[in-house]
Amino acid sequence: MSRRLTLFRAAALALGFGFLYLPIALLVAYSFNRSRLVAVWGGWSLRWYAALGDDDAFRNAALTSLEIGVMAASLALALGTSAGLAIARFARFPGRALFSFMLMAPLVVPEVILGLSLLLLFVASQAWLGWPASRGIATVTIAHATFGACFVAVLVRAQLAGFDRSLEEAALDLGARPFAVLWRVTLPGISPALVSGWLLAFTLSLDDLVVASFVSGPSATTLPMAVYSSVRIGVTPEVNALATVFLGVVIVLVALAFSLLARQDRRRLSE
Amino acid sequence: MTGWGWRRWALIAPPFLWLFVFFLVPLGVVAAISLSQSADTIPPYAPLVMHTPQGLAGNATLDSYRLVCRGCLRAYGNSLVYAALATGLCLLVGYPIAFAIARAPRAWRNPLLFLVILPFWTSLLIRVYAWIAILQPTGLLNRALRALGLIDTPILLIYNDFSVILGLVYAYLPFMILPLYGSLAQLDENLVEAAADLGARPWRVFRAVVLPLSLPGIAAGALLVFIPAIGEFVIPDLLGGPRTLMVGKVLWQEFFDNVDWPAAAAVAIVLVAVLTAPLLVAQRVIERGSAR
Repeated sequence: MSRRLTLFRAAALALGFGFLYLPIALLVAYSFNRSRLVAVWGGWSLRWYAALGDDDAFRNAALTSLEIGVMAASLALALGTSAGLAIARFARFPGRALFSFMLMAPLVVPEVILGLSLLLLFVASQAWLGWPASRGIATVTIAHATFGACFVAVLVRAQLAGFDRSLEEAALDLGARPFAVLWRVTLPGISPALVSGWLLAFTLSLDDLVVASFVSGPSATTLPMAVYSSVRIGVTPEVNALATVFLGVVIVLVALAFSLLARQDRRRLSE
Repeated sequence: MTGWGWRRWALIAPPFLWLFVFFLVPLGVVAAISLSQSADTIPPYAPLVMHTPQGLAGNATLDSYRLVCRGCLRAYGNSLVYAALATGLCLLVGYPIAFAIARAPRAWRNPLLFLVILPFWTSLLIRVYAWIAILQPTGLLNRALRALGLIDTPILLIYNDFSVILGLVYAYLPFMILPLYGSLAQLDENLVEAAADLGARPWRVFRAVVLPLSLPGIAAGALLVFIPAIGEFVIPDLLGGPRTLMVGKVLWQEFFDNVDWPAAAAVAIVLVAVLTAPLLVAQRVIERGSAR
């Protein structure tokens, strides 16, 4: 079988990506639509972007989501990296099977269960321990860090599988302490997984509606919660503009991260 | 890794305790509350153990589970059928895509994979909402079909089985493509060429060589689609109608609309029980995949 792009494979790619990108392309196109009606083209306009800029509810929700996203992703990175390292490097320790189950299950357990169970925990612990006093940014951050950490751990583990251990062993043989080796050899070596893990945890947090709806309180409305309530009321073109802005930011962030990593890769190869 | 000794617990303990407290313990709390009685208090359930003049008395009940058996079995059935159909369709749609990416010129593969992942980085809520604009009676698809003269009156494409399954396939397709690609990219090309040299036709090569060797990818992808799809909320809520009830939405309604927390907890526990078998299979498949 050759490496050429046969007609069948080209068709598979075209149809597949058409299916994946049709709704996204429509959102972007209609965000520049003058008409309020979704399916009617009324000419080019930036009015929905202006309306978005004036909308305090969306702006506050976006700021709340960003705050939660940054905190949750950083927490998830720390927890997920040490979990990934532990599972990949320590073949045997008491509780390893339970640990690996707890790392895998949140990846696939439905969000409604994660959300409900954490909320009931917070309510019960408020009654018994007096903490958390109220639900909001802190509780959503904890929830997002929990499933974010599991995604980070998967990426760290996958990267460690292809990581050359002789460098670590050489450093240990030369008398370096394990934590120094971890900090100076292992972590720089798996930096692509760390960067993409943080980004993944961040976007998962920014995207989450279900878990946040359960564990948040009246004091904190995240962006997906604001979008959901406006979508339920009816189709609003502002949401199209918001989605387009979001998409632009995500593409720039991800492209930036990947080009940084590619440059680092090249530098390492040329050394 | 040698030389760690007791220090390895500094790596293991923080994430272990975190997941124990914020993932495992909460499931236990759900189980406890599913046995308690619904009440008009804040929080809206009665304590499991009550102080009475005669001492402590248990207050557990199976009422919520009776409620689940009576009212929600259809939602569980629906969810399983939708998730199974969506998994099958994702496999049918995703296999050719993953195959084409794995056989594309080397320089193209990473950009193509990036294009598969990109939708996943943007809001699911907003992508599902975009389908409303496509499927609704005055939407793009109906207008296109009418312009082509294929239909006279708008056909119902939304708030039914079709739209829910379409939404599930759309949302979970990347989860199928990525593990499939992982298997297919590792496939030893010499085996394929040997089969072809021995005179096997392309379909026979596919059935006898490619398909069996990609089974781990198929298994991983199927589980990554099937398990979360069963409890999906956003898609049945935005694209489904009253007849296309799924468990995730039932749980949401019991909790937010009926404020019956014990019932929501019972729905969740039954759902966990349904998911336990596929979850254990998933762990073994993933464990084997990463051990390789």
